Amino acid sequence: MGLSGKTLFIANRGEIAVRVNRAAKSLGMRVVQACSEADRDMLAARLADQCVEIGPPQAAKSYLDIERVTAAAKDSGADCVHPGYGFLSENAEFAAAVESAGLVFIGPSPETIRRMGDKVEARAAAKEAGVPTAPGSEGRLEDLDAAVAAIEHIGLPVMIKAAAGGGGRGIRVAHTIEDLRRLIPQAQAEAKAAFGDGGLYLEYMVENARHIEVQVLGDGQRAVHVFERDCSLQRRRQKVWEEAPAIGLSDASRKRICAASVAMAEAVGYRGAGTLEYLYDGTRDEFYFLEMNTRIQVEHPVSEMVSGIDLVEAMIRICMGEPLWFDQDDVTLNGHAIEVRVNAEDPANGFMPFPGVVSGLDVPNGSGLRFDTMLYDGYAIPPFYDSLLGKLIVHGSDRTDALRRLDAALRTTRIGGLKTTLPLYQALLADGDVAAGRTHTQFLEHWLDANPIAAD
Amino acid sequence: MTTKEIRSPLPGTFYRRPSPEEPPFIEDGGPVAEGTVVGLVEVMKTFHEVKADASGTNARYLIENEQPVTAGDVILEVDG
Repeated sequence: MGLSGKTLFIANRGEIAVRVNRAAKSLGMRVVQACSEADRDMLAARLADQCVEIGPPQAAKSYLDIERVTAAAKDSGADCVHPGYGFLSENAEFAAAVESAGLVFIGPSPETIRRMGDKVEARAAAKEAGVPTAPGSEGRLEDLDAAVAAIEHIGLPVMIKAAAGGGGRGIRVAHTIEDLRRLIPQAQAEAKAAFGDGGLYLEYMVENARHIEVQVLGDGQRAVHVFERDCSLQRRRQKVWEEAPAIGLSDASRKRICAASVAMAEAVGYRGAGTLEYLYDGTRDEFYFLEMNTRIQVEHPVSEMVSGIDLVEAMIRICMGEPLWFDQDDVTLNGHAIEVRVNAEDPANGFMPFPGVVSGLDVPNGSGLRFDTMLYDGYAIPPFYDSLLGKLIVHGSDRTDALRRLDAALRTTRIGGLKTTLPLYQALLADGDVAAGRTHTQFLEHWLDANPIAAD
Repeated sequence: MTTKEIRSPLPGTFYRRPSPEEPPFIEDGGPVAEGTVVGLVEVMKTFHEVKADASGTNARYLIENEQPVTAGDVILEVDG
């Protein structure tokens, strides 16, 4: 391995910066950490060999400032830039700026990021590669008449989505033509304001769908999959609990969707770690492509636990020029993993954000257990960024064993000084439907209405 | 006449306007009624309204738009 002594610049913060730091260090690399004025004390800054301040606390003036971040990386003498997730990780302009500065971007090419970031183009690429897509409008819809006409072959209900959108933002659901007439102008105006692009498309809405996604690794020529994850437990379209593999998926269906995902990754010449997201209709055993995320995802550890592959190390090695060093047959599925996202939010008070000072941190240790976090005792959580504090991940011989380990881990985890979402997971573990895996993307919100979390 | 202070209940980023295109919640030098929204604080990517807990006149913002605040910072002063 020729990475020893090379320098990696982390253009991110929080728990993912810590995760990337550990991967880079294990490859023998030197780490330079970007940090805003509010992040001088963060764990990733303490673990780095060098920190570079990139601006004020507000992300728009620091972590999202392409010029500033790129200049900081170049001036630090780094060889490559890891963008983490969120912030500039899926910004084609940033990837191009990093390359123009003579550094390696740890991710796919700017062209792939741009193409997959345009949801209409991504859908077309998926169809071309033989990836199943939901019935929907062909290309972007410019007006209401085109939308009404498209309903004839799509059917109802439909989701109205922004071509430039993603991450579930701005999605509207129309159950009737009247809904469509009312919602299309709103959606268009909002997409124009949010993304500078009013292009819309329609997609058939699968009811009670599960969210299943396939992890891929590609070197630009060849790609492999690292099986799938089930992320159906979501609140406000944000995942809170993820598992690998997907519950109750037949081997034939698993093989089919993983092979289709590899075909798409190879068709677009994918480089690095990526994820193809699908809705899964369990009653019809059908997958529908949602989007491809061209970055490492928050929930990547569950795939690492069941495969033994370090995805962050792999993406660094690949993007630094090493061709994939294993075959699909070398990737095996071992046991079952579950991750829960620990957020600084009060589940007993409408998930109100709760920034504070950490005291009395006690995280369980042991085999089959992992806690990816940015926390340390005495750390003051800044209010300027998202509420993710860390991820508790368990690995068992099967799902029952993993659930048992999660229960034991939750009972012994203490994060003092803050309100966190840990009580939510204890309550979910006690639920029969969750235990049986009978969940879907709308499940958690309905469940929370019926099962409010008590204040502790 | 005394000066009354309206403080931020939360830490985060303070906004004087409901959106970048709109005028500030409170006009400089204008009146403020108790219960009126005087600003927004963005905490961990969610927005929370700050309501005046006092009435008065001649309002003055003490925190610039889009600047960081900590809980307890005085956002606005009024005469009352």
